[in-house]
Amino acid sequence: MDTSPNSAPTGVRGKAVRAGDRIFRGLSRGSGLALLLIMAAIAAFLGYRAYLAVSRDSVDFLTSFEWNPQGHPPAFGIGVLAFGTAVSSVIAMLIAVPVSVGIALFITHYAPRRLAGPLAYLIDLLAAVPSVIYGLWGALFLVPYLDGLTRWLDHYLGWTVVFDMSEPGSPARSLFTAGILLAVMILPIITNVSREVFRQVPKSHEEAALALGATRWEVIRTAVLPFGRSGIVSASMLGLGRALGETMAVATVLSPGFAFSWRLLDPGSGTFAQNIAAKFNEADDFGRDALIASGLVLFAITLLVNGAARLIIARRKEYSGAAA
Amino acid sequence: MSRTDTTAPAQRSSRGGTADAGERPVGAAHRRGATDVRLAKRRLPRWSSPLVAAGSAALGCGAGAAAGWHNPVQWALLSALLFVAATYVLTAAVEGRRQAGDRVAASLVWVCFLAAVVPLVSLAWTTVRNGSGLISGYFLTHSMGGITNIQPGGGIYHALLGTLEQVGLATALAAPVGLLTGVYLVEYGGGRFAAAVTFFVDVMTGVPSIVAGLFVLSFWNLGLGFGPSGFAGSMALALLMMPVVVRSTEEMLKLVPHELREASLALGVPKWRTIARVVLPTAAGGITTGVMLAVARITGETAPVMLLVFGNPLINPDPFAGAQESLPLYVWNQYKLGNDASVDRAWAGALTLIAFVMLLNLLARAVARWKSPRGTGR
Repeated sequence: MDTSPNSAPTGVRGKAVRAGDRIFRGLSRGSGLALLLIMAAIAAFLGYRAYLAVSRDSVDFLTSFEWNPQGHPPAFGIGVLAFGTAVSSVIAMLIAVPVSVGIALFITHYAPRRLAGPLAYLIDLLAAVPSVIYGLWGALFLVPYLDGLTRWLDHYLGWTVVFDMSEPGSPARSLFTAGILLAVMILPIITNVSREVFRQVPKSHEEAALALGATRWEVIRTAVLPFGRSGIVSASMLGLGRALGETMAVATVLSPGFAFSWRLLDPGSGTFAQNIAAKFNEADDFGRDALIASGLVLFAITLLVNGAARLIIARRKEYSGAAA
Repeated sequence: MSRTDTTAPAQRSSRGGTADAGERPVGAAHRRGATDVRLAKRRLPRWSSPLVAAGSAALGCGAGAAAGWHNPVQWALLSALLFVAATYVLTAAVEGRRQAGDRVAASLVWVCFLAAVVPLVSLAWTTVRNGSGLISGYFLTHSMGGITNIQPGGGIYHALLGTLEQVGLATALAAPVGLLTGVYLVEYGGGRFAAAVTFFVDVMTGVPSIVAGLFVLSFWNLGLGFGPSGFAGSMALALLMMPVVVRSTEEMLKLVPHELREASLALGVPKWRTIARVVLPTAAGGITTGVMLAVARITGETAPVMLLVFGNPLINPDPFAGAQESLPLYVWNQYKLGNDASVDRAWAGALTLIAFVMLLNLLARAVARWKSPRGTGR
């Protein structure tokens, strides 16, 4: 080994280099692996606890409409939660998606240039407002404010059942209000992602449309929106993921109650996350397992929604990379 | 009065152009005679938009007040509708349908923007107005010890302390793992394993905070039998923080010019030293910003803290033993008590929390601006 004066130092050096590299590489690879393991562990632990609970459930966990894990025999199901989560998220999406796309267009295409930068910054900051503060604002400010609107809806659109209130004048602590609050909360997310996408629209597309005599709206309709469509879809799904899992804001606004009703303006219903927050403190160990089971369902749903959103984004990246 | 406002621009602009062209299709003016040929189409004057806006606002509020609506939101909605309708009719009459569509789209975009700004301004205003009354040196330096639920007074010192400890621990757990994962993805990655990590990091970003809380609960508390503690909360917060750190590290490392790495490697510097001494310092500003934004995000998380830290009206400086308090949890608990004194405390806590988070955000952005790469040869 030492016979050749030239190779000895490089050999030793090479070994040292390889050791340092191997450690560093191993560390960083291990961190990546740790992340994957954590995801797997989340699924495994929640799954195990959920199994403990659901195996003793006396009714069908997925379709039953009651929540009574303390009963003999315990009976609990996620029917109400699935319904409430879906309805509040759908209301949030119906409001937030068009408005966010509007704001994103405003920032990228309509706002005076001097205003656009600070506006984008402001929207970024809004995404950082903690959800419990949205909840506080929703419960103490939005709920009294929406009283007039819900009365009006009940009065003129009550025949649709959806907007009927069984007791007109009861406080607006309903799925409808929760949906509106969620819309306000997911607005910054959808706006930010859509804005990024609109910004990537090739200038040549817009200029081509303008050269053909298109008005500003026609440019947006023919060049910007088609290019940004998949971006809007994935932005909306990211927003949906947040709306589905939002806990504190919904728990603050919605009055607790475990009733299934198509009357969206009536107070009292539940979502997955809200139900966990509301029932956790009074639950015994088995009750907690039952709540974990419902949390597992929420986990699976958000996983699907976010995964789909990311796949759409990834596909779009390839596409736009090829086109650019 | 408001009615004449909305119609005024139409009359005036038709008076300014050819006589009574307002009623005829646009092409008619051109067909009538060679004396009147103009290449540019007729446009509404610039001041017509604000005028229509003022008119419809006046009309909307007037009608709202007349109909006895007490809710200004309904007035605003009616005004917005009137504005869009008036703009369309006016533009269609003077400039043509396509221009009218354009104007309507523009006004809808403006309405969207205003509709978003209103709740946000209201949120900020309500929090500052309701919260600022109670904030004082006393409030920031005392706990809730010895204060009954309906009694005014008390403070958030215990909550501040708890939040700082929990967030600090969470950062200590999440930042190294996140940083190294980001390094792996950019510097070593490229295989199927890296693709899987990237995908799951993205998916992990979307894990609801309460699910992270439930996971730590099922693993740490129910599985291993520990009681609630600040550290349990930190673990859940770390889970929420990791993917954010990974993403921002990744983005920042991608911005480091390849020439720097190549120059270092060409000098015979081993790869890990290249990363540690050349790549990471270059990206340090951006990475710091990313970590601070992630800290800001987890500071406001309530759900996992509620499940795992439990809440405690007294000062508990030890995050590893016993229930603690945290700022968002304090806000939630005080709100739940539901009497005047506690709701006041909730608002004051909310203001402190929001100020803390915003301060972190501003600092993070200041770091980003201060450390932003200037003239790095690209």
